[in-house]
Amino acid sequence: MKKIDFILTGVGGQGTILASNVLTEVGLALGYDVKKAEVLGMSQRGGTVESHVRWGEKVYSPLIEQGEVDYLLGFEMLEAGRWPLYIKKGAMAIVNRYRIPPPAVNLGKAKYPREEEVESLLKTAAGRVLWIDAMKIAGDLGNPAVVGVILLGVLSLQVGGALDTWLEVVKRLVPAKYQELNEKAFLTGREIVAA
Amino acid sequence: MKKLMTGNEAIAYGAYLAGVRVGAAYPGTPSTEIMESFAKYPGVSSEWAPNEKVALDVGTGAAYAGTRALVAMKHVGVNVAADSLFYGVYTGLKGGLVIVTADDPDMHSSQNEQDNRNYARFAKLPMLEPADSEEAKQFVGLALDMSEKFDTPVMLRSVTRLSHSSSPVEMSAAAPPPLPAEPPLYDRNIPKYVMVPAYARQRHPVIEERLKKLAAYADSSPLNRLEPGNGSLGIIAAGVAYQYAREVFPEATFLKLGMVYPLPAKLIREFAARVQTILVVEELDPFFEEQIRLMGIDVRGKDVFPVTGELTPGLVRRYAAEAGLLEETDETTEVTTAAALAALPIRPPMLCPGCGHRGLFHVLREAGVVVLGDIGCYTLGAAPPLSALHTCGCMGASIGVAHGVARAGVKDRTVAVIGDSTFFHSGIHPLINVLYNNSSVTTIITDNSVTAMTGHQQHPGTGITLQGQQTKAVQLEKFVRSIGYEKVDVCDPYDMDNLAEVLTGHLKSEQPSVIIAARPCVLHIREKNKPPFVDPDECTDCGTCLELGCPPLMQEEDHVSIDPLLCNGCGICMQVCPVGAIIRE
Ligand SMILES: Cc1ncc(C[n+]2csc(CCOP(=O)(O)OP(=O)(O)O)c2C)c(N)n1
Repeated sequence: MKKIDFILTGVGGQGTILASNVLTEVGLALGYDVKKAEVLGMSQRGGTVESHVRWGEKVYSPLIEQGEVDYLLGFEMLEAGRWPLYIKKGAMAIVNRYRIPPPAVNLGKAKYPREEEVESLLKTAAGRVLWIDAMKIAGDLGNPAVVGVILLGVLSLQVGGALDTWLEVVKRLVPAKYQELNEKAFLTGREIVAA
Repeated sequence: MKKLMTGNEAIAYGAYLAGVRVGAAYPGTPSTEIMESFAKYPGVSSEWAPNEKVALDVGTGAAYAGTRALVAMKHVGVNVAADSLFYGVYTGLKGGLVIVTADDPDMHSSQNEQDNRNYARFAKLPMLEPADSEEAKQFVGLALDMSEKFDTPVMLRSVTRLSHSSSPVEMSAAAPPPLPAEPPLYDRNIPKYVMVPAYARQRHPVIEERLKKLAAYADSSPLNRLEPGNGSLGIIAAGVAYQYAREVFPEATFLKLGMVYPLPAKLIREFAARVQTILVVEELDPFFEEQIRLMGIDVRGKDVFPVTGELTPGLVRRYAAEAGLLEETDETTEVTTAAALAALPIRPPMLCPGCGHRGLFHVLREAGVVVLGDIGCYTLGAAPPLSALHTCGCMGASIGVAHGVARAGVKDRTVAVIGDSTFFHSGIHPLINVLYNNSSVTTIITDNSVTAMTGHQQHPGTGITLQGQQTKAVQLEKFVRSIGYEKVDVCDPYDMDNLAEVLTGHLKSEQPSVIIAARPCVLHIREKNKPPFVDPDECTDCGTCLELGCPPLMQEEDHVSIDPLLCNGCGICMQVCPVGAIIRE
């Protein structure tokens, strides 16, 4: 069994925690040993959030080393841009084309990086950067909260594993009344890249 | 069947399986979810204590009564509970008692990164440290057995990377041991449980004897295990540091310690005889290293790894390579990439949109006072652009420090600012001190009706218990008046004009006084009002509103705008705009 390492990154409140829970559970359901590490702390106060999710035959460390990440899942452009050193040469970054300006940018004291700048940073290691308008798609689906599940849909096609397994976990982890919406979001994510 | 659990959830599960009936804690990252998870199991009593010392006394009492008990706290909580920790070691107990210390190397959410393994040696009690969630579950049960067998409280150490990491845990089909049909009689044993000097003197040798027995037990315990390898390198490690080292040195021989105090001296000697070089991989203090050196065994450790911060597999690899213990890796970062990364704007935590603390700190900054502060969300009042809180050391320090500053005398006007949960934790005594020793300190209690910082836990002022029961709420105003404060005002921090006026009155007064700035945490009660908007024609782009540091306020080309999705509609910015350009329909 080949190891697969994921980093999910974004801003507190964007749904990275649910997404990393889904991803870890899917790994377990697919028969991998899994670990997940998260820094919770101040994330509710609009800070950066990062989750490490690891699948493998036997996983020791909950944290991933630099240069080892197989898939970077960026929920926010600037946050995604911070991780090139962790991405394995030639690996993939999937990034939500969405900006949440940090305080210094709001105050006019710093500049938010342009999309090309983020892309070129990621490309120092990543072989491919997939830009996804997940926020817009989520809006069309009627709920910005499903951004993470859309991104997981995109990711699932790259990673593989039975669709049923992914969907079962997604539905198990979201509140009952949002199951249908999340299933739709997940399938929409899969179609984006297929298209 | 396996289930994914965080280290914290696994500790709670292990406690439940082992028959723990009484749990007590005070919240603190990264320990908080232990008691929250434990509270959900059937037939247990699980509660938030006002502080860690009370939690530990509650756990000790339950254990005196013969019940198994679980107490949990973050590393600095043990400082608060330390007095109780030491007596429990002297008296021993009847039922098992596990005290969880959740350390925070790298200070992800703490004011220091003290290494609480030192407490085991200092207080003379055993300490276990699991390396993943499955071990966390198992070690709790083993710790309770050990506690009863050796008649001592046992500490279980976690760190952020265990508490907040998830890994699979084997679910048990067995139910926890049943309760006795009738409550037992209390075991009255005055010489064992009354620590007056004459009896305490008798107890100390018992503890030293006990430690020797524990050390012998450590030598044969399955908690410590030798993992054979190929190389001449031997690694001694525990907890997550073991996991990092396992990953970086797949070939090495390992001595994996599950019991971090007392150390298994015989096992370590045997291990030393098998390998050429011993490398101790441990975060923070050279806790193993120094003790192993005292055994006369030479090891490498802090000459390779730093005493500060947390380790990661990447750091273990880098430091080991620098020390010649591994081949150098060719991970050179291009200078241009490094520079580009360093130039990315940071995203520090901030007070949330709609937070009442923002109104208070705006008023305090305008008043130009020195703020002797405390720990909680309101500590973010120190962050720019508000920059209006000037000290934060540990919980409950604010009022005592303010009194000391007043005693010394400074030209500036000063106030103490403390949160409601922090007040119940350790603010009461210093507030009494201000009265008793008669200084004119003004104490501002920020009452957002919850322990917000650690994720919205109940506290003695909220009227709800950890297990969701209604209970008597301690009323802050009544309480403060009842101890003798005469000048007391309750203000809404959203109403900044009124708050400023009240503050002026308090600062002028020679009396000790209290202002309660009451406004529930909007994140907790999920309150949201209609967002105002900026009229770009009226906005003079003066930047006054931006000085509130409120996330939805954004600098545009030649005016400010409000992101309606982020905005909570508190209206504080409307009050500070000098030209009335921020309006609500
Ligand atoms: C001894 C100790 N225990 C626990 C903590 C963790 N902690 C930091 S602030 C805080 C309480 C904050 O609540 P409150 O005073 O009500 O302020 P709020 O965050 O609600 O504004 C806690 C539990 C700590 N730092 N030190």
